[in-house]
Amino acid sequence: MLVAHTQFVRFDSLSLDSGVTLTPVDVAYQTYGELNASKSNAILIVHAFSGDAHAAGRDPETGKPGWWDNMIGPGKGFDTNRYFVISSNVLGGCKGTTGPSSIDPGTGKPFALCFPSVTMADMVRLQKKLVDHLGIRRLLGVAGGSMGGMQVLEWAVSYPDQVAAALPIASTARHTAMQIAFNEVGRQAVMADPDWNNGNYYACRPPARGLAVARMVGHITYMSDESMREKFGRRMRERDKAAADFTVDFEVESYLRYRGNQFVDRFDANSYLYITKAMDYYDLSLGYASLAASLERATARFLVLSFTSDWLYPTYQSLEIVNALRSRNRDVAFCELTSTYGHDAFLLTVEEQAEIVGGFLAQTHRQENGR
Amino acid sequence: MTLVEAGARKPLVREILGRKDYAIIGDVIEPGSKVLDLGCGEAELLHWLMENKRVMARGIEVNATKVQKAIARGVSVYQGDLESSLHDYPDQAFDFVILSQTLQQILQPLPVLRQMLRVGQKVIVGFPNFGHWRVRLSHLTSGRAPRTELFPFEWYDSPNIHFLTIVDFEALIHKERWTVEKRIFVAGHREVRFAPNLTAEVAVYLFRK
Repeated sequence: MLVAHTQFVRFDSLSLDSGVTLTPVDVAYQTYGELNASKSNAILIVHAFSGDAHAAGRDPETGKPGWWDNMIGPGKGFDTNRYFVISSNVLGGCKGTTGPSSIDPGTGKPFALCFPSVTMADMVRLQKKLVDHLGIRRLLGVAGGSMGGMQVLEWAVSYPDQVAAALPIASTARHTAMQIAFNEVGRQAVMADPDWNNGNYYACRPPARGLAVARMVGHITYMSDESMREKFGRRMRERDKAAADFTVDFEVESYLRYRGNQFVDRFDANSYLYITKAMDYYDLSLGYASLAASLERATARFLVLSFTSDWLYPTYQSLEIVNALRSRNRDVAFCELTSTYGHDAFLLTVEEQAEIVGGFLAQTHRQENGR
Repeated sequence: MTLVEAGARKPLVREILGRKDYAIIGDVIEPGSKVLDLGCGEAELLHWLMENKRVMARGIEVNATKVQKAIARGVSVYQGDLESSLHDYPDQAFDFVILSQTLQQILQPLPVLRQMLRVGQKVIVGFPNFGHWRVRLSHLTSGRAPRTELFPFEWYDSPNIHFLTIVDFEALIHKERWTVEKRIFVAGHREVRFAPNLTAEVAVYLFRK
């Protein structure tokens, strides 16, 4: 297994959509595989909402595998024997890239809510700086699931000449009311926790209870009725009689509490607010007559994937992207993969995804090398 | 033999794909053209055309497993139902639109053919000829739905829902005023010219508006 080393780079400034300029900006990133002499084999992996730069390999300290380790590595879908894979933490995050928990150089204290609002385009603009810094003029591919897919789309339209292949997976060009609604429940859970204290909690206790509840809701939306029935059913924990003391009864409760509490240790509540807002505000078609018109600029080959049981980012949202691309006669491949895992399928349906992604990238590589 | 070796040798397409309609289509498609294959399966034909004729290939296929294989092969295939998927493409987006051995399985063939002529300059349609003498003989002697080597299905599990002949297709072409550029009739691995509606097992038409 690859050993993952997080690297950091500091940029003097980053201009944001809001008009604010961040000075300076740090980016945490990891790379896997070797960049070839012509620098033509680089793939940027962009993470989903709660991801980080550690996409693949084993963390030398914790020993944990990366969040997409089953897809990135030697001989895997993103084959590090052939490609140079880059993964960075997003702007507004809390895993090394500048975000609300970073120190504001003006005050010497964490930004908290003084952190400017950030957008998908801002995140991508920062990723572009990283890619430039690595000396890569054209990416072989940009790939990501869920919120990562939004960044993929943004890359494809913002830097069309720098992207040969775009792979938005289980994603959308804009959130629906339902998706915004779930994010709002998460935000309200954070803000309802008195420890949140208008975002000023870095010197004392973080809003752990609120953030855990937000994550519990999130986890429900990442699964499916079927996967939850398979995984938990109505199984009880340690006892088989109902009790009205509201401790943990069902397996599913135990699981959600565990995932909620685990999340608190690794995620910043203010990052939760900023990043979910960036997702909700994202609308690729904003300012254009149609989604198709907004994709007019994109020249990359597209591979769009969705999953049958994903009700959070349903297939019809992927089809909106695909059909908009087809209406402009763009190069697009689309497949709806069968899975019971719900939205989590993009992290778990490995075999089929690896085969498709591997073949698609190999073809892109052949085309790029002017075969 | 790998496809790379085959490509270097440029053999007849049927040596690779083993389907006579593919062989004909492979000959008709001009190098470097834009091709859309409807019901492309695992995109064997499109892949062959990419390797050997450097076409810009696109496909539509409804079966997810086949789409997976096709994309893994490097062909940009869209998973969808071909009767509802053609509307999204702009006019004249392709040089050739192919419908091979599927016409007889489409619920509404005429709207699909018209859409094909809208999105493509030229259309290639290959279909099994239900006018072949063996089909007729089978029907006449058994009094049952015809079953032959070419149509081995029981009536209740056949994918074929239309039973057109070459004469039927000619009548449609005449009615729609389409211009036929090429007609190829095949039995076994040979081309037939005499009384095709009796002797041909497969017909392939290249036509335009």
